[in-house]
Amino acid sequence: MNIYVLMKRTFDTEEKISVSGGKIAEDGAEFIINPYDEYAIEEAIQLKDAHGGEVTVVSVGDEETEKQLRTALAMGADKAVLINIEDDVDMTDEFSIAKILSEYLKDKDADLIIGGNVAIDGGSGQVAPRVADYLNIPYVTTITSIKIDGEKVEIVRDVEGDSETIETSLPLLVTAQQGLNDPRYPSLPGIMKAKKKPLDEIELDDLNLEEDDVEPKTETVEIYLPPAKEAGRILEGEVDDQVKELVQLLRTEAKVV
Amino acid sequence: MSKKVLVLAETREGSLRNVSFEAIAAGKMIADGGEVISVLIGNGITDVVNELVAYGADRVITVEDAKLEQYSSDGFSQALLAVIEQENPEGIVMGHTSLGKDLSPKLASRLNSGLVSDVTAIEADGDSPKFIRPIYSGKAFEKKVIKDGLTFITIRPNNIPALEKEDGRSGDVSSVSVDITDLRTIIKEVVRKATDGVDLSEAKVIVAGGRGVKSEDGFKPLKELADLLGGAVGASRGACDADYCDYSLQIGQTGKVVTPDLYIACGISGAIQHMAGMSNSKVIVAINKDPEANIFKVADYGIVGDLFDVVPLLIEEFKKVKVS
Repeated sequence: MNIYVLMKRTFDTEEKISVSGGKIAEDGAEFIINPYDEYAIEEAIQLKDAHGGEVTVVSVGDEETEKQLRTALAMGADKAVLINIEDDVDMTDEFSIAKILSEYLKDKDADLIIGGNVAIDGGSGQVAPRVADYLNIPYVTTITSIKIDGEKVEIVRDVEGDSETIETSLPLLVTAQQGLNDPRYPSLPGIMKAKKKPLDEIELDDLNLEEDDVEPKTETVEIYLPPAKEAGRILEGEVDDQVKELVQLLRTEAKVV
Repeated sequence: MSKKVLVLAETREGSLRNVSFEAIAAGKMIADGGEVISVLIGNGITDVVNELVAYGADRVITVEDAKLEQYSSDGFSQALLAVIEQENPEGIVMGHTSLGKDLSPKLASRLNSGLVSDVTAIEADGDSPKFIRPIYSGKAFEKKVIKDGLTFITIRPNNIPALEKEDGRSGDVSSVSVDITDLRTIIKEVVRKATDGVDLSEAKVIVAGGRGVKSEDGFKPLKELADLLGGAVGASRGACDADYCDYSLQIGQTGKVVTPDLYIACGISGAIQHMAGMSNSKVIVAINKDPEANIFKVADYGIVGDLFDVVPLLIEEFKKVKVS
């Protein structure tokens, strides 16, 4: 099976966010594989182990993204492709990234494409379904289980806490939800092997794309931090009295119950 | 300049979800005096159309077909594209719900348009509305504009208030018929696990548990409190990782981002990744044994104590005031 994984490099979830010069400050921040994409990589490796084939991890990013792609290779992916847009494009949005990925994927004969259901930075969850539409293949989002039997695919997806069982077929795009698997940590031999695995770097030129073709349709005009929340009141006294006071405050001061 | 805006109505077990009314309100802001048309897709659903008009829809268009009884991205996009072709709207609003998240990117791709997802507020002054949305799970916000073409957004439930219901309002109701073909994904079974229909993303009250809950059983008092307040139960990653509850309950940067009116955090220390998912709740109550716990820094009210002492007392006290 020919499996492609869509991966994004993101801020570590434990990072605090600050803004400087109208942008999210990246100095000194730790970067990771987007956690939902980690599930995608793990699932791809497990499916390859069960059905044979090859796993290629693709990311649109800059030179720095090589580090996360190497991690994916160390986990067990076979190949990595970095579509480096650093020199070609200043601004992107979900349309731009989906277009770039789709142009790369359109002649790859992928049986299965797996992505995370959302990136924890931008948080829109648009790119993967856009890619599926562009490639004219079906897609299922927020999956928690996938079973493949020949061309037939049975999927369980999370729908706001409920679960739906879906029947569909390859070729297919799916996005991973938490609970799909437990992503492995790269082993030491895995890390050694990863150094020798192919990590290709391509640019827009190689996809016959010009900057105009991927011009974003939306624009961010401002980025700001939420107002700092003031620490509230720690209630005092006997527990019974605290509880009475709390219920009172919620009813009269906060007026939420 | 006024715009014609389509807003998607969403039902759950035959009733309209609140976000349908919030989407009408958002649609009005974008329409700037133009027409707001609610689109209702499904099968045997037309008895709720008047409610959409009462909440501000100028018109309602229904698309009904046996193949639309259950959601599929193929079926629903075919239905919506038929309505779009007929109406030529300049704006589209959907809820940033499971359905909206799944459907909107496909539709945006079909229409070759931009899409601003998960909008929590709209600044509609002048021609080009600005859309505010959380990024980094609410650790920061961005203000976005759509440069040209269709104004297409999804709105986060519980953030843009619905308009006041006006029962006497009248509006035209019509239907569009579509030949639904080639559904490539078929729903075979739905298992309802969510807490009695109160969805985390739309819940007005959430009672959430962390590692301090200690076991699956430990969630029982939290569930009782949530039921009493008409809310839902949530959890921190710690509680999910420890197998005290299902991952579908997880709130945080991985997991759900929620903004209820009242968030009661029980035995949750307040890791950055959890706080990203709940710190924009309107009122936060923290119950924790550790007075130094980070959660108290974002809490409006805090009780330092054992949740297994405090939560049952809270249940009793709420019961008392409910009776009186």
